[in-house]
Amino acid sequence: MSTPATLWPPVRDEYERPLESLALPDSLAPEAPLSPATRLFAQGWLRKTLIALVLIGAWEVAARIIDNDLLLPTFGATFSAFVQGVWSGELLVKTAVSLSVLLRGYLLGAALAFVLTSLAVSTRVGRDLLSMLTAMFNPLPSIALLPLALLWFGLGTGSLLFVLVHSVLWPLALNTYSGFQAVPATLRMTGRNYGLTGMRHVLLILVPAALPSILAGLRVGWAFAWRTLIAAELVFGASSGSGGLGWYIFQNRNELYTDRVFAGLAAVIVIGLLVEHLVFDTLERVTVRRWGVQQ
Amino acid sequence: MAANPTLLFPEHAAPAAPATSGKLLTVENVSLEYRTRERLVRATHDVSFDVYGGDRFVLLGPSGCGKSTLLKAVAGFIEPSAGAITLDGQRVRGPGADRIVVFQEFDQLPPWKTVAQNVAFPLRVARKLSKAEAHERALHYLDKVGLAAFAQAYPHTLSGGMKQRVAIARALAMQPRVLLMDEPFAALDALTRRKMQEELLRLWEEVNFTLLFVTHSIEEALVVGNRILLLSPHPGRVRAELNSHQYSQDSFGRADFQRSVARIHHLLFEQTEQNEQNETTEIVQ
Repeated sequence: MSTPATLWPPVRDEYERPLESLALPDSLAPEAPLSPATRLFAQGWLRKTLIALVLIGAWEVAARIIDNDLLLPTFGATFSAFVQGVWSGELLVKTAVSLSVLLRGYLLGAALAFVLTSLAVSTRVGRDLLSMLTAMFNPLPSIALLPLALLWFGLGTGSLLFVLVHSVLWPLALNTYSGFQAVPATLRMTGRNYGLTGMRHVLLILVPAALPSILAGLRVGWAFAWRTLIAAELVFGASSGSGGLGWYIFQNRNELYTDRVFAGLAAVIVIGLLVEHLVFDTLERVTVRRWGVQQ
Repeated sequence: MAANPTLLFPEHAAPAAPATSGKLLTVENVSLEYRTRERLVRATHDVSFDVYGGDRFVLLGPSGCGKSTLLKAVAGFIEPSAGAITLDGQRVRGPGADRIVVFQEFDQLPPWKTVAQNVAFPLRVARKLSKAEAHERALHYLDKVGLAAFAQAYPHTLSGGMKQRVAIARALAMQPRVLLMDEPFAALDALTRRKMQEELLRLWEEVNFTLLFVTHSIEEALVVGNRILLLSPHPGRVRAELNSHQYSQDSFGRADFQRSVARIHHLLFEQTEQNEQNETTEIVQ
């Protein structure tokens, strides 16, 4: 039989050796700087700017091939319309109107979501209420409620706020509540161990522990609110006195200023990008990333 | 001024006059039940024991004997279905800051607070200390567990053993009547675990607290505890109460230590061994 399993390993000598201080040759230095190209490409903003430039290039080429300003204006035309709109102040005023309504609706929706989820974590009835309401209303598009809102609140900010709250409340409440539920039992018990109950337990333990989910909910809520607002302004902006960005887009489409339509859309995109990268990314960096609860 | 300062600081009086401490925590005929989706499970049945001031009292038993549930009942997270738990003559009703728990899980430290803030947090919310006082006391106890240099670090940058040290410092800073530890070293590697046991004993000598400690390791129970309550497998009933004050970290290889290990092993598993023997004899027949 000569299978390896039957062979015994030899008995070898034991040894001990004293540890000397570690002296590495320079070629094995523990750290070395990365090459400049690698470091540059590691910058997220640079990669994203490159992607944006490629997309803009593709747009310009497509517009020149189609060669019809009414259907697809070039990037250059859109850019000049955008600059002109900003310069004349019209675009800025419309944006300010939209943003002020948006912020009010967003904060109102977030506050209501907080109340609902706090109720849901502290009482069983609250939990049932939240799960029923979100199941009923979350799939309902905000814009579908607009006719009803117009009936109840008339043309104007009231109706806009109503649909905005509807668009923010449910996704945010759903995210926040699932975040609360995912808080480890040990952490909850730790809080109760110190005599924290009710609102203090929610504010001092659950909210910070669920912050990754809450931030995700705030992001989703922001996007939903933006869409809903622009869509709502498109539908009845024509009748309200001081319209917002949606109204600007609608008006210019009616007058076939397609470059200005694109400028309005670009304003929506630019604000979305700014909020995403300046507000939410910063919030994440100083909280959940710093705490190591999100990569 | 009091004429006799030892009346004010009884724990300092102990070495001078070998008086013994009194009963601190009493668990009387406690039965615990918990509900699963289908049935009501009895975790412990009719368990009684007394913890005296300055004890290092260990609850030892195989997994599923309800020792962790018992500790959670002492902490006030679970209501006994029968019997009573009293601390200083007061019936335990709900969680309270006079009984601080150190859990096994590392996520007991809020990740959004630095190490120092973690230790100061309960001092702020439960002891109502000012920010400066809480911070000062936090640093004092962090120093005791050897983590003063990491006061400004966030928990996610620490190793498992360091996280447990922070949890211990946080519990000690609260100066609870009883420190409750629920298998605090079970998630650590074997080498770190031995080191932590050693440190816990050193802290006990320095700070002089009363400890209720849950473990499923016979060796850990003998080294950490001065008194061991043995619980039988499911549902947990009292099997024995033994002394282990004579053992320390250095006793590991000693013959009497090994005998104690064997004795506890026998007490814990005798029943099941007999059952297995009966089964085998039945099969043979």
